[in-house]
Amino acid sequence: MLVQQLVNGVSLGAIYAVFAIGFTLVFGVMNVLNLSQGAVFMWGAYVGLEVVRTLALPLPLAILAAATAAGLLGVLSEVLVFRPLQRRGAHRWMGMVGGLALARILIGLAQEIFGTQVVRYPDNALAGAALELLGARLQLLQIVAIGAALLMVIALAALLRYTNVGRAIRTVAFSENVARLVGVPVDRIRLMTFFVSGALAGGAGVLWSLLFQSVSPFMGDGILLKGLTVLILGGLGNIVGALVGGVLLGLVEVASVVVVGSGYRDAVGFGIVLLILLTRPTGLFATRETTRA
Amino acid sequence: MASVTLSRRAVLTIGGAVALSGSAVFAQTTRVAKIGLVQSTTGGSAALYGIQQKQAIELAFAEINAANTLKDIKLEAIHADDGADRGQTVNIFQRLIRQDKVVAILGPTLSNSAFAADPIAQQAGIPVIASSNTAPNLTKMGDFIFRTSIPEDQVFPTVLRYAVQKRGIKKVALIYGLDDALTRGAHDVQKKAVTELGLEQVGIESYQRGDVDFSAQLTKIREQKPDAVILGTLAEEAAAILRQARQLGFDDKITFIGCNANISAKLFDLAGPAADGIIVGASWFEGYDSPRSKAFVAAYQKRYGSSPDIYAAQGYDAAYLLAEAIRRADDVTNSRLTRDKLASISDFEGVLGRFGWSADRDATVQPKVLIGDGKSKVFVAAATS
Repeated sequence: MLVQQLVNGVSLGAIYAVFAIGFTLVFGVMNVLNLSQGAVFMWGAYVGLEVVRTLALPLPLAILAAATAAGLLGVLSEVLVFRPLQRRGAHRWMGMVGGLALARILIGLAQEIFGTQVVRYPDNALAGAALELLGARLQLLQIVAIGAALLMVIALAALLRYTNVGRAIRTVAFSENVARLVGVPVDRIRLMTFFVSGALAGGAGVLWSLLFQSVSPFMGDGILLKGLTVLILGGLGNIVGALVGGVLLGLVEVASVVVVGSGYRDAVGFGIVLLILLTRPTGLFATRETTRA
Repeated sequence: MASVTLSRRAVLTIGGAVALSGSAVFAQTTRVAKIGLVQSTTGGSAALYGIQQKQAIELAFAEINAANTLKDIKLEAIHADDGADRGQTVNIFQRLIRQDKVVAILGPTLSNSAFAADPIAQQAGIPVIASSNTAPNLTKMGDFIFRTSIPEDQVFPTVLRYAVQKRGIKKVALIYGLDDALTRGAHDVQKKAVTELGLEQVGIESYQRGDVDFSAQLTKIREQKPDAVILGTLAEEAAAILRQARQLGFDDKITFIGCNANISAKLFDLAGPAADGIIVGASWFEGYDSPRSKAFVAAYQKRYGSSPDIYAAQGYDAAYLLAEAIRRADDVTNSRLTRDKLASISDFEGVLGRFGWSADRDATVQPKVLIGDGKSKVFVAAATS
């Protein structure tokens, strides 16, 4: 049972992590909390669903399509909300409200187009497959979720550390003014960051709805709160922190069901965040403000 | 009919009617019983139930009038839509009682509306029959309030007893939604039935609205080795639980027992083959094998081109019960007499089966045990013996 619960917690946490990494990336680079991320996650799930159901394309293509579409939504949020607000010298709190407004619009659109009923992905070989390991059942999907999370972190870390784009992103994160002075195309880098962030949310959306067989216009609200939790747990803008924080939150939630009782699942999760904030106000993996991302 | 020998009562009736209104000319040949029909036809999901009941009741009245069941009395439904807003329901009840002078009211659609508006009818002495309110203690509002909608606590004990007899269930685990009045209510009923049958309760798990991951709770339940898992859940959640249980490798021998809210096509859409074998209970289902029920389904389909649901069936029976009360009262304005005659009906043969009233004026009807058939996506009647 312990092994099974570990598997449950890690795979749930892996999806939290993928979502939170996109979240934390935008925050790290732009110092902006993009609250439309949950709605982008939901749209990723629906795009993937339509690709599988209507176009009858295989699942990997659906994930790719969903990530691309969600990435474009991320770009849209920069173009429609964050860039105009920044140009007009708005306070960054206003960006939060702007993102929230965008999220409501995206949710409203989804309600109109897809209806409010819960739907699911059609049955496929990937969703059903499982293997027995130490008395626990490890679904292929859970392995995919965990693998995808790890892969994305490694790819993102490599991108940031070893490529020119990565260096440019880090420069923008350090200071937009400095980046401009050294000739970094700041606007393009920002767009790229929003694309990657949206794509991660969209990919997480498909993984989530495959694993839990549930797609609805409101599915992004819950994960947005979880994403915020992970963001704070891992240290704002810290990518490895988001990975570890995501898995940790997944494990804590499962452990709270096992130890305390399922009624307190969210209470324990958020309670732990409060405790961590009280003892380590900058999160578990906080780097110094100046060297973030 | 042709001879004009008026009884003393008829003279009084006509005299009274003349005094009250100018249109008493027809009173001699046909009397019209005005009945308020308060069903939401707008207002979100309530409209789904409201429209079904309105259509079924109008179908019943049309049949009764066409067959001259009540001889010279014709039933006239005055429909009003409250838009699932209980403030509206109150206004409508007042208008129907004071202005339209109805003899009885069928409805309203939602329990919340009923708790707001029924006291008005109770005070005015107008009988009300609900056919979709399932909240506890509804009829305790007063002796003029009746209902044909069967609440969970009349259905679930039968279902559980069936599962115990047929599958030899001794140990059960329960899972329910913590923050929803409907699922909590179902859970309370389920828990009570488990205790009353003396079953061993090995675990209780819960979740919150919007949760889609039940694997932690289910892993815990699997460890407790129950013979059955009892669901106090909405249809979407039940589907996710059934699916995830299969994915976690639950033994096929473990029986899942659902509640009223799980009786939905959505369950099969979302759960697929995992919904195979789930046991639920209902006061009625479309495939119920009785001549009365089959005739109703056929007539409803013919008139509206769609299938009736459980609320339609309960509304249809409410309409026939009221018609019977008016027939016995042989009066179209005396609402108190109509109430007494309504209360006196026993052994009524309805679409739901043989009906009677409990001491609290709730319909008593034999619940039907249904079993999910994942392949053909329907519930079928369990073989009861």
